Amino acid sequence: MTAQTARPAPPATTAPTSRERAGRLFQRHGALIVLCALLAAGTFAFDSFTTPANLGNIATASSFLAIIAIGMTFVIVSGGIDLSVGSLFALGGVLAAYGSRHGTLAALALPVAVCGLFGLVQGVIIARTRMAPFIVTLAGLLGARGLMLSLTDEGATTYLVEDEAFAAIGQGTLAGVGHPFLVMLVILAAAAVLLQRTGFGQNVYAIGGNEDAAALMGVPVTRIKIMVYLMSGLLAGLAGALNAARLSSGVTILGIGLELDVIAAVVIGGTLLTGGAGGLGGTIAGALLLGVIQNLINQIPGLSSSFQQVVSGVFLAAVVITHRILSGVRHGTT
Amino acid sequence: MTETVPARGALDRARAVAWLQEYGVYAAVVALFAFNAVFTPHFLAADNFRTQLVQVAPIVIVSLGMALVIGTEGIDLSVGSVMALTASVVALYLGYGALPAIAMALLAGALVGAAGGALVAVVGVQPIVATLALLVGVRGLANVFLPQLREFTNPTLVALGSEAVAGVPIVVAVAAALVAAVAFLVRRTTFGRQLVAIGGNRAASRLSGLPVRRVLLAVYVLSGVLAAVAGVLATSRLQASDPTSLGLFMELSAITAVVVGGTPLSGGRVRVLGTVMGALLMQLLQATLIKHDLPQSWTQMAQAVIILAAVYAARERR
Repeated sequence: MTAQTARPAPPATTAPTSRERAGRLFQRHGALIVLCALLAAGTFAFDSFTTPANLGNIATASSFLAIIAIGMTFVIVSGGIDLSVGSLFALGGVLAAYGSRHGTLAALALPVAVCGLFGLVQGVIIARTRMAPFIVTLAGLLGARGLMLSLTDEGATTYLVEDEAFAAIGQGTLAGVGHPFLVMLVILAAAAVLLQRTGFGQNVYAIGGNEDAAALMGVPVTRIKIMVYLMSGLLAGLAGALNAARLSSGVTILGIGLELDVIAAVVIGGTLLTGGAGGLGGTIAGALLLGVIQNLINQIPGLSSSFQQVVSGVFLAAVVITHRILSGVRHGTT
Repeated sequence: MTETVPARGALDRARAVAWLQEYGVYAAVVALFAFNAVFTPHFLAADNFRTQLVQVAPIVIVSLGMALVIGTEGIDLSVGSVMALTASVVALYLGYGALPAIAMALLAGALVGAAGGALVAVVGVQPIVATLALLVGVRGLANVFLPQLREFTNPTLVALGSEAVAGVPIVVAVAAALVAAVAFLVRRTTFGRQLVAIGGNRAASRLSGLPVRRVLLAVYVLSGVLAAVAGVLATSRLQASDPTSLGLFMELSAITAVVVGGTPLSGGRVRVLGTVMGALLMQLLQATLIKHDLPQSWTQMAQAVIILAAVYAARERR
């Protein structure tokens, strides 16, 4: 679980076998392949599935999860984990609704600033004291939920969004696509450049691969780690604010267990929890995949939403088992 | 003479830190207890003790299994969902009587634990991902089996949750017996030694011929069964099966109890009594804040601070 756990280096000198190649292909594009298969199956099975309205619904509903998962991808690639995002999502929503009384800017700035600060503090604690990210962000989960509850009189008060312009950010559409999805695409583009095309992104991979080696090579480990948790907090707060705009209120019970859905989306997307490998494309495919599964199960009459959890759980297990069998390389279990 | 003074000061400090790491959780429990004895009215009443112990019993039982899993450098996120599953299984099989229903519930817990253990030990999936899949899937399964809350009046099951033997509630007695059993398992059996060895260094354990897979599998099965016991006890106390909310966040409470109790997440060490004290500390903290009319949100923030403080104190051991 710790970032320092050494991983056996892949045999770089030998030519990759077909099984290894299949494993690598599955790890990189598995979520996308299954997503396409499910879309095809959905088209085949339900007339109401491939309508623009339904697909738009899936895209908009998945975009909040996807925005948080983008931040989580950076954290996991760096070898850490962030359990606080579900609580920060709820906190962000409540703060956005609270801030909307003072205008659109306050509604956006308040949640992003507070959740960013939360992420920053967690990052500083993790990077400076070298405490396990799992524990620090577990404390963050409790702390952020406590803060959210104390802001809402123990969850009894629900703030309504009182700013039309802010509500429009969450509810409006452009060419049939909901604004949250467009926001997600913009963030995705920026994050992809950051992770794949900049020195910062390379450093994140280096730290996740081998933190001690990265430090010896002069990578500013402390600073990069703090940045990564800061980003995760910012994005969770932003997703919460967008969701509050969509629902026109800061719903206090949202976000419980969301961190697990986010981690599931990232893992399904092929990012290894041991760090040092993975990418954003898979994460988005993973998030959309969870949305499509939910939508498909809602289409089947007689199946409750709890059945969706069963499918998601089985699916997550199937993905990691397939990956383990195909890759044949031991990843961080020792 | 003057030169030895700073050295002794440093030594004392190191000793104090070591003492705090070893006995800090006991000291915190005693301090909180003393505070309550003085400042909280009716705290020392027998009724209050009974309520606190009955409330903490399921958390203690789940934490025991979690401590074993964490001792092997793993983690078990599925415990809360296992509790929910036992709630629905008990409701489904109650028609055959209380004992078959309880047996089926424990079997269900063992099966979920075996699934998690197989994923970890045989397939080689990371514990956090394997048990995350189970957390999501098993909670869903519990809800599919029993879509809504169902009350029951089975006298045996109701008695299990509400009766007391010689003044000690059955729930608390079961928890105490399990604590003793797990402490014995860790300290006095080969299995316990193997478990700690595997957590300390898995590669070395494998090379020295320990049955790594079998021990790991057994540890996750044990965690599943212990969570199932907690689920049965909690359900019998509620006098209703509630698969939607029973055991929600239990994994977090259990991990908190284990970590605050001084078991390192990096494995190789299991502190059974420390874990019990960790659970008691969190329960006492909650009770203290409630009795002084402080809101629930304060409890969560105080818990966050205690977790950070406990892990920060334990960090310098390395």
